[in-house]
Amino acid sequence: MSFIKKPSVHHPRLPKNELGLTRRDYEGALSTLCAGCGHDSVSSAIIEACFNLSIPAHKLAKLSGIGCSSKTPTYFLNKSHGFNSVHGRMPSVTTGANLANRDLYYLGVSGDGDTASIGLGQFCHIIRRRLNMLYIVDNNGTYGLTKGQFSATNDKNSKSKKGEDNPFESIDLAALAIQLGAGFVARSFSGDKDQLIPLMTAALSYKGFAFIDIVSPCVTFNNHAQSTKSYEYFREHNEALGYLDVIPEKEEITVKYAEGSSKEIQIHDGSKMILHKLDKDHDPYSRSNSLKVLNETQEDGKIVTGLIYLDKNEMDLHDTINSNKKPLNTLKESDLCPGSKGLDYVNDSFR
Amino acid sequence: MTKVNDFVVKFANVNGSGSASANLMFAKSIFRMGIPVTPKNIFPSNIQGLPTWFEVRISKDGYAARREGIDCFITLNPQTYQTDMKEILPGGYLIYDNTMPRNFSRKDISYIGIPMASICADHYEDPRQRQLFKNIVCLGALAVLLKIDLKIIENLIKEDFEKKPKLIPPNIKALQLGRDYALENLDRNLKISLKKTRTTKKKILIQGNEAAGLGCVYGGATVAGWYPITPSTSLVEAFQKYVNIFRVNDSGEVNAGIVQAEDEMASVGMAIGANWNGARAFTATSGPGISLMSEFLGLAYFAEIPLVLFNIQRGGPSTGMPTRTQQSDILACAYASHGDTKHVLLFPSDPKECFEMAAQSFDLAEILQTPIIVMSDLDIGMNDWVTDPLQWDDNTKFQRGKVLKKKDLDDLVNWGRYLDVDGDGIPYRTLPGTHETKGSYFTRGTSHDAFAGYTEDGRINADNMMRITKKFKKSLKFLPKSIRKKAKKDTNIGLIYFGSTSVAVDEANDILEDQGYAVDLLRIRSFPFGRGISTFIDDHDHVIVMEQNRDAQMRSLLINELDKNGSKIHSILNFDGSPVTADFIVKSFLSLLKKNQFNIKSLKKKKSAA
Repeated sequence: MSFIKKPSVHHPRLPKNELGLTRRDYEGALSTLCAGCGHDSVSSAIIEACFNLSIPAHKLAKLSGIGCSSKTPTYFLNKSHGFNSVHGRMPSVTTGANLANRDLYYLGVSGDGDTASIGLGQFCHIIRRRLNMLYIVDNNGTYGLTKGQFSATNDKNSKSKKGEDNPFESIDLAALAIQLGAGFVARSFSGDKDQLIPLMTAALSYKGFAFIDIVSPCVTFNNHAQSTKSYEYFREHNEALGYLDVIPEKEEITVKYAEGSSKEIQIHDGSKMILHKLDKDHDPYSRSNSLKVLNETQEDGKIVTGLIYLDKNEMDLHDTINSNKKPLNTLKESDLCPGSKGLDYVNDSFR
Repeated sequence: MTKVNDFVVKFANVNGSGSASANLMFAKSIFRMGIPVTPKNIFPSNIQGLPTWFEVRISKDGYAARREGIDCFITLNPQTYQTDMKEILPGGYLIYDNTMPRNFSRKDISYIGIPMASICADHYEDPRQRQLFKNIVCLGALAVLLKIDLKIIENLIKEDFEKKPKLIPPNIKALQLGRDYALENLDRNLKISLKKTRTTKKKILIQGNEAAGLGCVYGGATVAGWYPITPSTSLVEAFQKYVNIFRVNDSGEVNAGIVQAEDEMASVGMAIGANWNGARAFTATSGPGISLMSEFLGLAYFAEIPLVLFNIQRGGPSTGMPTRTQQSDILACAYASHGDTKHVLLFPSDPKECFEMAAQSFDLAEILQTPIIVMSDLDIGMNDWVTDPLQWDDNTKFQRGKVLKKKDLDDLVNWGRYLDVDGDGIPYRTLPGTHETKGSYFTRGTSHDAFAGYTEDGRINADNMMRITKKFKKSLKFLPKSIRKKAKKDTNIGLIYFGSTSVAVDEANDILEDQGYAVDLLRIRSFPFGRGISTFIDDHDHVIVMEQNRDAQMRSLLINELDKNGSKIHSILNFDGSPVTADFIVKSFLSLLKKNQFNIKSLKKKKSAA
């Protein structure tokens, strides 16, 4: 980490987005994570995606649990409200926040300890409810803040820094998310901005539960030769399904893509995703196919990345419970309190 | 001598046999005759098969506590009738189904047999109906024996089955079969009898959870995260019910978001997230849920997030007695969570106060930016109580506390989430989405400075903790005050009580007064304790705290928080899971008097009136 205070003066000719804001306007406090931590790259990608989408920062709420990854919301979007909750409970807090105001963007940042162990129950259930949010896991297979214990996503037989074997099966969060009804499921790598930024951009535009499992190496405790979550291991074993381009609503598609290799996907907000497929057989609309790809690549010792699953039927919890289209936190006494007249009715029913 | 409108009837049934609705109709018909009635449902943690009881106290004087000694016991459960019989007062009645022979040992009570099973076998084909209608046949016979207006019961049947009108005629037929049997075969000159009055004419008969759920609607709650647990579930069900009635807009959209969570941690997490984002939100639970929610309660306390939590207390510890009542979470709630924490508690004493405190708790939570725990219990929550009708002042405005709007932020230069601007310890908060560039902050459970920034500077953290203490001291002016009732004569004995035992204490006080004892009463309605409670303790040489737990938790809290000498503070403790009776309080009081040799020379024992 660095102790130098960030300068607040901007270069006058920085590129601006539709809101007239520069990337700097989406930054946060200086990171206190280890130098080279994958999580900082994820934070940069979030800044880039929000800048590209021209999201007003105050219209996004960033929530997290406990752990290195959960610290990161301090390091981006300092004009957004943040909530660093308790360990493994970010999903429930985000659910409540979203119920209160359906008009904001919700970005949850969690880690493999926070999500796959203590928070596994809440992770499963927020997916079932299809909360409208982007849920990111900075996945490094280790408990960094407590100095290098195995996490539940650490691969079986991957070794710790001290050379101990992990004897237990790992949890594949992307597979779990697909099984439980997530609408948008992707996996990526903190070191691959070209893949990660468009995935985030698309996921933020998606209405429903979007999940990105991001392999994000821990340079201090899990980046050694025998680890399967190291930079080196990932680069050797990555199998990308494809790359995305996200075209905002107002823009025309100008680039021509080779036939058969690309797929255009409409998102509910009017923007489009162009998916450049590397693996021609992968059908992201099929749950069973997506799970098969995850299983097969895992058996082959590969780490599959890209957009793995997409449900074209975009819907969220508010649709399910048919709540008011206006944010519930804007309703007034007159909308909420039935007054003495209502009580006359109630009292009569108890006589 | 006939006891008119002053006796106790108890039913012994098998859980799941359809007795509950018939029993409630019995109680409600008496209520509609204008007679004060207190039904208590004594039920097992079971769906079908275990014994269940329904106890109905009828009291012309309006005493609403339980009373032991049964005048008329309807023993319809072969598993329990031998032990049930022991509860009957000498000269009382045992009513049973004499389709099968039974052995009875007591000679000092009367036995009334009604062949309920065989009447139903003769008139109904369907085995389920034969079972269910036994209860209605019994009700028809009881109406004759106790002189209940049959028309009232018929109306109740019609109301109950409004949505399944096909069921009305067979039910009324069963009622009449019971009536006819009684008219033709039974001696109707019982020593207990009912007579119409007007005492309850304006009153309502309602459960505390129903009233609290309604109070949440009136208090403007829009989000509820919840997890099923006895005895709190019916509170959220009531909220849902009244949301469906009052909160559906013209487009059919609902002005609320109710989500059944995966566990208690998630349910309180949702309520906290929603409150953080400016919606009024709550959850309801009982003892085990409180244990699970403790971590989150610490977060809401420290990060200063409004929260309303209903604890419908049941018997503990652990899973305890899930279907029995206690007041045994006082300390667990007052100091819930690790580290230095303290929470605001409210103690409703009946369903009407459940309604009022539920609505008020949302104001308090937002004014004080902290969890408010409403400490109800199974007795109030799940039993029907006669209370005054619920009232609402249409001039009531929600008090949203210190929340900065966009225009407030425009003018602000140096806003800090935890800055004590007004000197009352209560800072200003902002909601996500309010302002493009101002007012964002990071909510955290880690130590923070006045600007919500993470700090490991111990002095800054200590200052912040002291500000929260100040906030709690200043909170007193917003909380419901304790209620003091002076005895008719000067006395140096004071009795402190709270919550559901209030009715028993009131009755016990009348009995003690009749016996010549004078006791000043104080009912606690909230924590932290106000000065009135401290003064009350100082004003009396002997103080007794009545509560329903083993460890005298309220007494400990009083001694600890008010720094009182415990040697003069005594306890009356009832923790068998049943609501306390006035008789128990009187006996305990007298034995305390004897054992501790209270110096009550200022009192003159009235000459025996007898």
